[in-house]
Amino acid sequence: MISIERSLVTPRWQRIALPIASLAIAAILAGIVLAASGHDPLATYQQIYEASFTSTGALTATFIYATPLLFTGLCVALAFRMRVWNIGGEGQLYMGAVGAAGVGLALGGWPQPLLIAMMMVGGAVAGTLWAMIPGLLRAYLHTNEILTSLMLNYVAGLLMYYLIYDSASFWRDTTSASALVFPQGKYLLPAADWPGIVIGSFTLPFGFAAGIVLAVLLLALIRFTRFGFEMRVMGDSPAAATYAGMSTRRKIVTVMALSGGLAGLGGASQIGDFGHVLDPRGLQQAGYGYTGIVVAALALYNPLAVVIVSILIGALTNAGFALQGPLFPIGLVGTMEGIILFSVLGGEFLGRYRIRFGRAPAPAIAADEESGIP
Amino acid sequence: MDIRADGLTAASAEAAATGSPPAVAAVGVTKRFAGGVVANDRVSFEARRGEVHALLGENGAGKTTLCNILTGMYRPDEGEVRVDGKPIRLHSPHEAQAAGIFMVHQHLSLVDSLTVAENIVLGWSRQGGLGFSSRTVEAEIDEIASRYQMAVDPRARIWQLSLGERQRVDILKALYRGASILILDEPTTVLTPSEIEQLFSSVREMVAGGRTVIFISHKLPEVFAIANRTTILRRGRSMSTLEIGETDARQLARLMVGHEMALDVPRRASTEAAAPAAEPRPVLELDAVSVQGDFGTQALREVSLTVRAGEVLGIAGVSGNGQRELAEVIAGLRPATGGAIRVDGEKLVSGDARDAIRRGVAYIPEDRMGTGVSPNLSVAENLILKSYRHDSPHAGPVLLMRQAEAQATALMARFDIRAPGPRTLVRQLSGGNVQKVVLARELSSDPRLVVAASPTRGLDVGATEYVRSVLLDAARRGAGVLLISEDLDEIIELSNRIAVLYGGRVVGVMDSADATYEHLGMLMAGAAS
Repeated sequence: MISIERSLVTPRWQRIALPIASLAIAAILAGIVLAASGHDPLATYQQIYEASFTSTGALTATFIYATPLLFTGLCVALAFRMRVWNIGGEGQLYMGAVGAAGVGLALGGWPQPLLIAMMMVGGAVAGTLWAMIPGLLRAYLHTNEILTSLMLNYVAGLLMYYLIYDSASFWRDTTSASALVFPQGKYLLPAADWPGIVIGSFTLPFGFAAGIVLAVLLLALIRFTRFGFEMRVMGDSPAAATYAGMSTRRKIVTVMALSGGLAGLGGASQIGDFGHVLDPRGLQQAGYGYTGIVVAALALYNPLAVVIVSILIGALTNAGFALQGPLFPIGLVGTMEGIILFSVLGGEFLGRYRIRFGRAPAPAIAADEESGIP
Repeated sequence: MDIRADGLTAASAEAAATGSPPAVAAVGVTKRFAGGVVANDRVSFEARRGEVHALLGENGAGKTTLCNILTGMYRPDEGEVRVDGKPIRLHSPHEAQAAGIFMVHQHLSLVDSLTVAENIVLGWSRQGGLGFSSRTVEAEIDEIASRYQMAVDPRARIWQLSLGERQRVDILKALYRGASILILDEPTTVLTPSEIEQLFSSVREMVAGGRTVIFISHKLPEVFAIANRTTILRRGRSMSTLEIGETDARQLARLMVGHEMALDVPRRASTEAAAPAAEPRPVLELDAVSVQGDFGTQALREVSLTVRAGEVLGIAGVSGNGQRELAEVIAGLRPATGGAIRVDGEKLVSGDARDAIRRGVAYIPEDRMGTGVSPNLSVAENLILKSYRHDSPHAGPVLLMRQAEAQATALMARFDIRAPGPRTLVRQLSGGNVQKVVLARELSSDPRLVVAASPTRGLDVGATEYVRSVLLDAARRGAGVLLISEDLDEIIELSNRIAVLYGGRVVGVMDSADATYEHLGMLMAGAAS
């Protein structure tokens, strides 16, 4: 008989060694898949590495994919830390993009620094408000935030489509010649472009730099403040939090709001850093919000680790697009992402649990009155 | 008892009472658990065909373990189970059910979203065929339900039913599957008085039809109302089996809680110097407090109590009689549906834990790992679990962990918490040390009132002694202590006065010096007027 039981103590070395070992196992598993599909694994890894980091413009492209993942990863990491399951990062990012584009279009004539700041505020506020809907529903009506936040992703996606394709909204371009052929959004003025940080041939997106600052602030918030302390207690033991007189409802709403604000900033960065136009189709195809869940999970919900993981997943995505072709189908990248996630989470599970062979010491039903005795 | 093979066939209720073997018997059953706990120590008892046999005992007396052995959940280390006189080795509940032994647990095992009929056939297939005709099953259930007066709509979904109806479904499930021996584990705890009456008439119907019902309880009035015979368990041993008609509440209570060394228990009321002449002022006053339990039942009914400064008031009672709700309503974790709670003369805001903390109510919860601490946080963080909000070093938005860790180091020394350091995670500590973390946090703030729920349960002797001395010390320094415990020795040893809870009511308050085990036992079992 095989049984799985919780191991109580996680040695410190395991926290480091486990993810590394998991990644190594993922590389082997993905290598098998590559070999089976007729690729030379080592050569492919070499190609991926080059396409992600060392080829001309590769690093910059990697960070273009990494930036939205950083924001949605932080969004998920924060909420999941408190066991608030916000999987609405996708929709909150859309709304952030809508908000930032709206602000950028409306305040087009403002001086650049102010305009950028207002776009960030616009994106963050829009994401926050969108996330507060499932937050309030969860806190006061006990609805399942997984479902409500997920459903709101579709609502936000359709809303974006409506703004650009089905209405003469403020966001839609109704004048230019190409827009008459195919509906598209209004382009923002150049003043609304977020300036990248240029280091030699590499350009670090402004949004990514802002994201790093936010990740550090987030870590400080979780580690060193009363707010973060309450979050950690509630995430670890809701009963203990109630017992200590902490107000769980308000905290759920606040954390959802912050989480949504982060995803909304990611949406703002999509407008300011890269797109300069509200592009529903592009945003929806990218699925940054869902990949953000993967990023956060791989980072074990640590904000600083989210920075690293977002770069890695960004690199893999970038390589996928760069190598895409008959020899390297895009599905292969998704497969590799899946294998990595599976291995890391599997490793995490095995680290927390032990597999025992042989008879279990006591059946699960032992939770009766007598088992109260040691 | 003479076991005759020919008695196996024609077993009617009458024959059972005379010569045929008992329907089910445990013979010298011993069950040990890891850690040296002997839950059952050479337990023997037998239940006849056509009788209601009550298993009577306090919490931890071994009733549930014994029934888990009868239903194949545990295997006995020694001794054997006999069905109809024949030894039988049960390896799983399935085998027990094949032998006709079914148990209805306190926590019902039903699927909320399925119908009554679906729940009853779930995981059960009669010989041959996978088919399931809901109409046939529903008709059969209706037939059984009406025979035993257990009205329930087979098409209703479980979530639509009251707790009493759900229990009926669990019993119907056993009957439908051909139970000849039915074990009911404290079936009345979730029922209203009229539902209890209904259950009893159904049970009488069952035994009249030749079935055996084993009725687990700690409530004497119910045992007298329904049982034919009773076996009393105490501390894992079977004390004796008695005919209900030939015994009385006093004898049963004595067997249930009686203690060989009753005279040796040091009583605080007599060993300590008498309280100062002036009556100390009350720190806690409960005025007709009523509270709802988790399932909407009335857990506390107009309870009035007073705890004075420097006094330990012990709350005796079998668990499930309102103790948890009493502790939680005082700690502000459960709103009162009626009455008032005053601490130092000021009314507490009902259901506001923060208000209770602010007014100096310390609470040592029964579930220390699940409620008392946040297991994946450090010792230092757990020590500031309540004070982080108002204590000076943490007044701003930033927590000063260095100060908290310095404080924690001092508290670890003062309360003898054995941990590598203040950053050690609490889940890595032993049970005794976890309880010391709780004590250190709750008592270092010089509380006005300490509510301690089963504070020594599961602790070793040394830790138990330590916890008790810390509680007495808090009382000595002028706090009022409300001690809730199922351990009568502990209650008698530590308390100045003792109140007994039964069925959500205070059924007696007495000076500890005047308390006897027999009297307490009668009150706890609901047998005293």
